[in-house]
Amino acid sequence: MLFFSYFKELVGKEVTVELKNDLAIRGTLHSVDQYLNIKLENIKVVDEGKYPHMLSVRNCFIRGSVVRYVQLPPDGVDVDILHDATRREARGS
Amino acid sequence: MGCARIRYCSWALPFLFYSSLPRSVKWRKKQGLVEGGHSMASEEESTVKEPLDLIRLSLDERIYVKLRSDRELRGKLHISIRVWESYGGYHVVNHGGNVFPRGLLSNLLWLKWAYDQHLNMILGDVEEIITTVEIDDETYEEIVRTTKRTVPFLFVRGDGVILVSPPLRTA
Repeated sequence: MLFFSYFKELVGKEVTVELKNDLAIRGTLHSVDQYLNIKLENIKVVDEGKYPHMLSVRNCFIRGSVVRYVQLPPDGVDVDILHDATRREARGS
Repeated sequence: MGCARIRYCSWALPFLFYSSLPRSVKWRKKQGLVEGGHSMASEEESTVKEPLDLIRLSLDERIYVKLRSDRELRGKLHISIRVWESYGGYHVVNHGGNVFPRGLLSNLLWLKWAYDQHLNMILGDVEEIITTVEIDDETYEEIVRTTKRTVPFLFVRGDGVILVSPPLRTA
């Protein structure tokens, strides 16, 4: 739940998702769900020469279980919002 | 009370101020500490109950993570401290299913960790090391190659994590 809230704060930011099959996709985070499935918009594959499979793809849905990393923007997110979300969750549980 | 804790977690210097507050005898008894006795063993038991407690005690922030597919990460586990005003006491904090040790976290500190029970984590200033072994066709000797890469801010999905530890001194 913690990271689900975290990713909800990141919607609209540009992230690079690296999958377990070494494919890296850069795009704007459109949405995320409780399983950390990710929807990206306006994607660009990082190494297009090596992975031409997605040249015509604009938006994609990525199953959470195939994600290895998500590279986040260095300005990250407002950490205070994350703190409060975590505290609310801790109180609720 | 303060001395034993300093010995156990000597890297927690910034937080010693908070743990050296005066404590009543009644509070000590509730904590299970014997007044004046050497309670190092019982403190260790109460402060590292589960494997995840070891990560919580990595207060110097830098950690080493071993992942599947021969990858390693060295990075800073994002931590922040909040003064915890109104809980008023020494009871256990339940945060996302993890139990915080009462001794280490006094009623003035709330350490929030950027990881969860799946070991999903957020690391900053990360160095990734990928190790590959190539076998030369002719000589059949193994060439061990490592590639390094740095990423400023990284979310790591927990199902790829094998182990988490304080950074190795040889690094």
